[in-house]
Amino acid sequence: MSELAKLERRRRAIYGWLLLSPAAILLSLFAFYPSIATLWSSLFSRGTRRHPVEFVGVENYTDLFADPTFWIVVKNNLFYAGITVPLSMFIALSMALWANSKISAKGFVRTAYFTPTVLPMIAAANLWLFFYTPGLGVLDQIGSLFGLPSVNWLGQPETALWAIIIVTVWKESGFFMIFYLAALQTIPEDLREAADIEGTSRWTYTRRIVLPMLMPMTLFIGVNAVINSVKLIDHLFILTKGGPSDASKLILYYIWEQAFAFFDTPHAAALTMMVLLVLGIVAAVQFYFIDRRTHYQ
Amino acid sequence: MSRFTKSFDTIGAVLLAIIWIAPLLFAVWAAVHSTSDAVNFRLTSPWTMSNFQAAWDGAPWGKYFLNTFLLVTVVLIGQFIVTTLAGYAFAQVQFPGKDIAFLLVLLQLFILPEVLIVENYAMVSRLGLFDSILGVGMPYMASAFGIFLMRQAFKSVPIELDEAARIEGCSRLGILLKVYVPLAKPTYLAYALVSVSTHWNNFLWPLIVTNSPETRPLTVGLSIFGAPENGVDISIISAATLMSVAPLLVAFLIFQRQFVQAFLRSGIK
Repeated sequence: MSELAKLERRRRAIYGWLLLSPAAILLSLFAFYPSIATLWSSLFSRGTRRHPVEFVGVENYTDLFADPTFWIVVKNNLFYAGITVPLSMFIALSMALWANSKISAKGFVRTAYFTPTVLPMIAAANLWLFFYTPGLGVLDQIGSLFGLPSVNWLGQPETALWAIIIVTVWKESGFFMIFYLAALQTIPEDLREAADIEGTSRWTYTRRIVLPMLMPMTLFIGVNAVINSVKLIDHLFILTKGGPSDASKLILYYIWEQAFAFFDTPHAAALTMMVLLVLGIVAAVQFYFIDRRTHYQ
Repeated sequence: MSRFTKSFDTIGAVLLAIIWIAPLLFAVWAAVHSTSDAVNFRLTSPWTMSNFQAAWDGAPWGKYFLNTFLLVTVVLIGQFIVTTLAGYAFAQVQFPGKDIAFLLVLLQLFILPEVLIVENYAMVSRLGLFDSILGVGMPYMASAFGIFLMRQAFKSVPIELDEAARIEGCSRLGILLKVYVPLAKPTYLAYALVSVSTHWNNFLWPLIVTNSPETRPLTVGLSIFGAPENGVDISIISAATLMSVAPLLVAFLIFQRQFVQAFLRSGIK
């Protein structure tokens, strides 16, 4: 009998791993192996015809830390995250509160908010180009109505990153809205009625009831917004290419540039490792603060 | 709610909505007018379709559309096969190493494919898939998110159905295809919508892996077409942009509810 059971167990093990094998192979090829290979190649020098590849330890990392551009890019990305994360979440929440309230034209409002989500970032950049173009662009034309001078939004260091930030916020707020909307719809209607009977002001109701009940969702959206602040860089290719003088360059764009414009794989690998580290921290935050409360059977 | 706050809310909400679709509206405006009429906002100027004609003639758009269509199809078919098998294994089969394997899959949720572009590029070249549609699609086929989604869907299938099918003499693979897959149809639909819109819009990875009009998807084609070096004017860029987003945008406007539900499901696992 135990022989039979053993046989059955072995058969099940083979079956399970067979089912898993396509996923296991693909994940190894395009996630696990590349992660390890990135770490590995970040420890070697860049091979040229004169100087073959050699082990350099942490030299690529110390190079990066000594590179002023690296610090500019890090600062830019922190600023990018520091503005886009709270701003898009705040706008998303306002959108959701409005889209959930009893206003007219609700269908139109929801559609308008959500539409940027289905557009590619490249298309979004093209649309915004029409706003930012100096002289001819919509922003300058509005400005000239008030007698303001023409501004080269994308071409000067003070405004380039802001121009990028606005496109990102425009693109992702509507996406975050639907999560807030879903969370809002789970708040029982009786709470609202009780608050009305008590004569609670709308602001107090929002602050004391709605916002606390949205807290788990806010954390979840926050994690996604942070990940997006690493990921959403496509519009840089159209709008600024990281310029002028690196003023709007973000980390992922810098990785692309190092690897595919300057063919400096080791430094790109070292940069990638640092991004992976940050993403790892984000993952840890998510596991400890959010998923602990949800189910993981 | 008093009538005052209600109308105040309506004005605020509608104003924000108008601001939010303004870029799209301006693009439509620019696309149907000559460049000088568009930038000078001559409201009574005549409409024209010539920008669309000029944009269409300026690049092999037919090819780009076909490539994007093939890409999303290849990715979706691959994802369906891989995630169905893996999701089923995690949901319903007991085998040693399952928990560790699942943890590794979850780990991939945070290793964004976008970040690993350098090594993935090397891998795709090694496999001889550089500048091919399969090369663009392959890194996305074993999506951890999809596996997770399918696992959840298959877990909710009552075990009685499984047992009944087994007693009827259905093979293991038969049970998966005839019992589990049909019951998970809403999950497949939601996953398909998210996957198609993600890959229709994806840019950085296709930019790296493609190198010719034969494989380039719409987003990459659009970025090359609109590059300032090419000196294309704003009306033609707007026309090209609208053209390339039109299929997805129209699909979204028609199936709005399904899209929103799908995106929601994709977030809340």
